[in-house]
Amino acid sequence: MRDAFIKTLIEEARKNENIYLITPDLGFSVLEEFAAEFPDRFMNVGIAEANAVNIAAGLALSGKIVYIYSIIPFITMRPFEQIRVNLAYMNTNVRLVGVGAGLTYAYLGATHHAIEDLAIMRSLPNMTVFSPSDPWEVKCAIKESVGHNGPIYFRLGKKGEPVISNTKSKFSFKKANFIKYGDDVNILFTGNASDIAMEVYDSLIKDNIRGVNLISIHTIKPFDSNLINQIIQAGKPIFTIEEHSIIGGLGSIVSEYIAESDQNPIFKRFALPDEYSHFVGSQKYLREKLGFTSKKIIEDIEKLI
Amino acid sequence: MKKITNKIRRLIVTMHSKSFASHSGSALSIVDILAVLYCKVLNVDPSNPLDINRDRFILSKGHGSSALYSTLAYCGFFDPKVLNGYHTDGGTLPGHLDKESAPGIEVSTGSLGHGLSIGVGMAIASKLDKIDNKIVVLCGDGEINEGSIWEAIMFAPQKKLDNLILIIDYNKLQSFGRTNEVINLEPLKKKFESFNWNAIEIDGHNVKEIEDALLSETSKPKVIIANTIKGKGVSYMENQFIWHYKSPNEEQLIQAYRELE
Repeated sequence: MRDAFIKTLIEEARKNENIYLITPDLGFSVLEEFAAEFPDRFMNVGIAEANAVNIAAGLALSGKIVYIYSIIPFITMRPFEQIRVNLAYMNTNVRLVGVGAGLTYAYLGATHHAIEDLAIMRSLPNMTVFSPSDPWEVKCAIKESVGHNGPIYFRLGKKGEPVISNTKSKFSFKKANFIKYGDDVNILFTGNASDIAMEVYDSLIKDNIRGVNLISIHTIKPFDSNLINQIIQAGKPIFTIEEHSIIGGLGSIVSEYIAESDQNPIFKRFALPDEYSHFVGSQKYLREKLGFTSKKIIEDIEKLI
Repeated sequence: MKKITNKIRRLIVTMHSKSFASHSGSALSIVDILAVLYCKVLNVDPSNPLDINRDRFILSKGHGSSALYSTLAYCGFFDPKVLNGYHTDGGTLPGHLDKESAPGIEVSTGSLGHGLSIGVGMAIASKLDKIDNKIVVLCGDGEINEGSIWEAIMFAPQKKLDNLILIIDYNKLQSFGRTNEVINLEPLKKKFESFNWNAIEIDGHNVKEIEDALLSETSKPKVIIANTIKGKGVSYMENQFIWHYKSPNEEQLIQAYRELE
């Protein structure tokens, strides 16, 4: 995803000279091409995230469209109040690009995991929260972001994710992305849980559950209300999958819609538990230790339907 | 200038007295600086407040808002009647700055420690767009306790931002006591010099010194350490910590008017 981000940003920067890129000293081996082509529009502000966010706000108040690249906890939680006041409150055209969704940086420890970011970022008025599931969604969203009015948070994985979208689809922040269509079960997922969601889908299809709607919720805020209301009204089971805390992310949002509806569909959230990982290992290993695997999700779904 | 600053101070004490808002002392300490900025130094036009080539002023200590509102009203950015809507039900001017609330307010502030790095961003944008303007940021002395301010202080010389001016309202009182008893800022001028800024120390109530400092040539980011008196101009408020919180009652207001004639 990060390769799709920087490649698309470079293409857009060639067309729009107001695009500017800031890093608080991260992005080695990612940002060099942009820095080389646009030296006047690239800046390393040092390891100073509060400064990065506010300098970006200052540039945006002078007409620039500013992208800031860093690892998720450092660009969302460290300077959160700078984001609240100078991006959200003042509604400035700053785009926070965070890499390392969920347990992406598994080996590095919980300081580098991102399990609370959707919850906190979606609570900010004016903030668009984008959580793509594949490089195609990243590419489309970066293109759309250039002309967007107001701040955006991009929650990216890392690199090497496969394209699962139908690349002939029309992309919009406002519309969720259907990966597969079906009538019997709805699986809503977001971001880097796409591999688990695909495994769950494949297993359900193999087990003769006729139709599965597999939907990438790439935009957490503003949420595709029309879609979720239609799904709830159809009355079929709904499951959410996200590599984020069980608190405050996609599952919480869908719960809110169901709770306020007149329907009571079968529903379960699959996410990370409300705890910090003290395990050491790969993303796959940590998912297993934390009970966030396709095997467990398939078992639970089959029990429920 | 004395006539102008007295007028602005009268507007401020009136606003605080009517609204029972805190921070009257904090506002009075920066009046002379704001008056020199808006009447003599800044290239800003009340009839075209968003002119792309304008100078920018950021009041980072947003709790001094009544001073900025009064100065902007005095200079014609909006009708002085708008000041009646300060910090009151149905008004338009909140206790801390909201840039949507009135023309001339560049940045929403109120949470301390943000303004300088926003100013750095604006100064970089001006260089990029080849706009020859000044970006002036005013911080409180207590405000520079904030670590984010020092991120910006370290970074501004890196970009050779000779278009950036920081003014420190050094009234030596912060919300819970004297600055040197909370975190001693001294030697403040030397600190800035060692961070590669051009540092000037002045009497923050002497309009000539303020103007000279603002207009002096510099090849580096410039900091003006303005020694000020909290509550300046109203005898019973001067250097009295409690006026970070209090607003004048009717009797005190009459006395203030008398002293500010």
